[in-house]
Amino acid sequence: MACVAGLLGLAVLALVLSGAKRATAIIYSATLAICVVALFGSASFPIGGKVDASSVILPIGLPWLGAHFRLDALASFFLVVVNLGGASASLYGLGYGHHEEAPQRVLPFFPAFLAGMNLVVLADDAFSYLLCWEFMSLASWALVMAHHREAGNAKAGYIYLVMASFGTLALLLAFGLLAGPAGDYDFAAVRAAQHTPYVAALVLILMLLGAGSKAGLVPLHVWLPLAHPAAPSHVSALMSGVMTKVAIYGFIRVVFDLLGQPAWPASAVVLSLGGITAVMGILYAMMEKDLKRLLAYSTIENVGIIFASLGLALAFQANGLKLLAALAFTAALFHVLNHSFFKSLLFFGAGAALTATGERDMEKLGGLIHRMPFTSFAVLVGCVAISALPPFNGFVSEWLIFQAVLQSPELPQWGLKIMVPAVGALLALAAALAAACFVKAYGVAFLGRPRSGAAETAGEVDRYSRAAMFFLAALCLLAGILPGLVIDTLSPIAVEILGGAMPIQANEAWLSIVPIAEGRSSYNGLLVMVFITISASLAVYFIHRFASRALRRGPAWGCGFSDAVPAAQYSGGSFAQPIRRVFGTLLFGARDRVDMPAPGDVRPARLRIELHDLIWEGMYQPIAVAVGFSSERLNRLQFLTIRRYLSLVFATLVALLLVLAIWS
Amino acid sequence: MQMHSLSFDVSHTLAGSLVLISFMMLYQDRLYSLLNVFALHALVLALSVAWQAYIQNAPHLYITAAIALVFKAMVIPFALHRIVRQLGIHRDIEAAVGVGPTMLAGMALVALSMVLMLRVTAEADPLAREDLAFALSVVLLGLLVMVTRRNAVSQVVGFMSLENGLVLAATGAKGMPLVVEISVAFSILIAFIVIGIFLFRIRERFDSVDVSALDDFRGEQR
Repeated sequence: MACVAGLLGLAVLALVLSGAKRATAIIYSATLAICVVALFGSASFPIGGKVDASSVILPIGLPWLGAHFRLDALASFFLVVVNLGGASASLYGLGYGHHEEAPQRVLPFFPAFLAGMNLVVLADDAFSYLLCWEFMSLASWALVMAHHREAGNAKAGYIYLVMASFGTLALLLAFGLLAGPAGDYDFAAVRAAQHTPYVAALVLILMLLGAGSKAGLVPLHVWLPLAHPAAPSHVSALMSGVMTKVAIYGFIRVVFDLLGQPAWPASAVVLSLGGITAVMGILYAMMEKDLKRLLAYSTIENVGIIFASLGLALAFQANGLKLLAALAFTAALFHVLNHSFFKSLLFFGAGAALTATGERDMEKLGGLIHRMPFTSFAVLVGCVAISALPPFNGFVSEWLIFQAVLQSPELPQWGLKIMVPAVGALLALAAALAAACFVKAYGVAFLGRPRSGAAETAGEVDRYSRAAMFFLAALCLLAGILPGLVIDTLSPIAVEILGGAMPIQANEAWLSIVPIAEGRSSYNGLLVMVFITISASLAVYFIHRFASRALRRGPAWGCGFSDAVPAAQYSGGSFAQPIRRVFGTLLFGARDRVDMPAPGDVRPARLRIELHDLIWEGMYQPIAVAVGFSSERLNRLQFLTIRRYLSLVFATLVALLLVLAIWS
Repeated sequence: MQMHSLSFDVSHTLAGSLVLISFMMLYQDRLYSLLNVFALHALVLALSVAWQAYIQNAPHLYITAAIALVFKAMVIPFALHRIVRQLGIHRDIEAAVGVGPTMLAGMALVALSMVLMLRVTAEADPLAREDLAFALSVVLLGLLVMVTRRNAVSQVVGFMSLENGLVLAATGAKGMPLVVEISVAFSILIAFIVIGIFLFRIRERFDSVDVSALDDFRGEQR
């Protein structure tokens, strides 16, 4: 709590200091310090073996309610996620913040945003939860609008604001339903109360709308790829890597913790939404050529994976299969942690590329690995991790999720038995597409030859940014080769929320992990890494020995290739083309048009590709049109005469009296 | 019992005559006569409140009655007379809606408030029930006056008669503290002062107290 107060104080301090030159350094180092303190404070909870939750009631907020805050295992895990992200973003900001044109637009809101996220996780009654949630949304909105003069950012901020208020409305209704007619907004009372299946289903849907719109579930994701990239890069990292996790925390807290025993149809909804979100998110990412937007779409994919895994946990929990529920739940939390690592890392990398070249468009980058070797290496680690390749952390959590998917025959309901493998197939598709997507991103942005003058003259970024990236890259590797440690740390949460836990992994030999039983499956990150290292080194040695040093004859005339223009390289669009051919027509309404000049005409032939966002056009535009139409009609109410206003009041009064007279 | 029945009858008569006078207000199309009727309205209100004070043995209600008598029956009508004379609008004939429809609407409103109040307050004291029903009718009729008039002065009168209805309801219900009544009376007085000042400002600006001048000023058309 003291840390949160410190962050809030810092926000005020930032306002005061905004004129000073050293403000950037002061604020970011202070947030870094506070985040580290908060990190150790919250991390000591699960690691130190404390089991009982500590709570505190502050006499602020509503007079008869106060503000309840509580720290339990689940909250402490998410605090770790928030503060790790916060610490690394602050470290990155120490360097990155110097390039900010108007630091006073970022500095006050950055600590406030962190404080808001910390408070949401700590809140223990509906009122303070919603208040902190809104605080977090508003602070992040201010950060999105930091560069408000750039084209598109104002629109992004507007859509974000609309979606955030919509989400909060859904949450408000959900908590209202949970509190029931008695109005017990304290989470402890809500947890103790019995909820009818009808209310539980309604709350689930509202939570999917509210938390889902913040986390970026399809089709509520529209604001996310607009708003996340619009913010400064370290804030994008926080929004993508951490704020979506806070939304997932809200979902877990309500659906798993407060609602009590789930019903199996609920899990089907969450599962299918998760699967669809994962595939749609990564397909959008595949089509994108703006590096930061690509990362934002990939966030949607990862949120989908997490939700699918949570749905799986719900399905197992509804049938009393506690061990399997704990497996799926732990996998989801593990993926939450992993995603916060590698997505922050990748956003930092994108930010580094942005500062070095001033370009977010991948088609104008390229060849950065020669000019920014450290950044490129860190981003490579992030890309490998997010593509779920061993020995990094992404592989472990996705492997655990698939282990849980493979246990679906244990479920008694036939609907789920058929559905879970289908969702598993969607997840597998998403994982494969993610790998393709990040091959594209890395290949186009960092490999090859520079595609623009800016990319040609790029230089390495400052040491703070590099330190932040390497810190996260190291965490990715550590979590990948020591997954047992993470799983054991997560098990108190599963015990607290689900009442079951995965087997203790610390007892397994050679640091391997065994999700269910030795005979079924096991994975050893360390061994895999050793194997990969050895085989890769051997491969490199042999290639250099027999291929690189072998005698080669260069082309005498080059045949037009040796001096090709950089634009002739394999581009992002070329990477995406096969995927677009497969999915594009159905999901994006993609049309290829060839504009072929008539014979004798000297203008160049052109290939035009049209992509439509069907969700945007089919769902949001009609709503926008309807709202616009009705407000146009209602606008006339602004310009009535005084007597008509009086008559309106009078007519309303009489109508209400009539209603009363007829119905009473 | 005899006494109770008599007191009931008298207060009933007074409240009923308030509603009647409200109706009279509806069809006055000259400002002077409207003001006279309003003074009569306030006078009957004062009588009614005084009668309530007598039968409820509540001396503080006499103060309310005195306030009604002095301010509403004398000061405000006199002041409005002066305003009308100063503005030179005593010959204006104004009504946005014809008399016939207005009277019909008024009758419907009285019926509505009777039906509603008698049904909603089924188990209350019969005196208070009748009183409340009449008070609601007076309030609604006052609003109707405000809506159907175009001249600012007559809108003020409608507002004041609406407030009379509120006072009637308040005195019918036993145990209304004096402080509340006095503050209500004063707020009305202040509202009157503010509106009076506004009247002169409007007049100064537009050479008329017809509120449609304001609409013209805003560039609207009706």
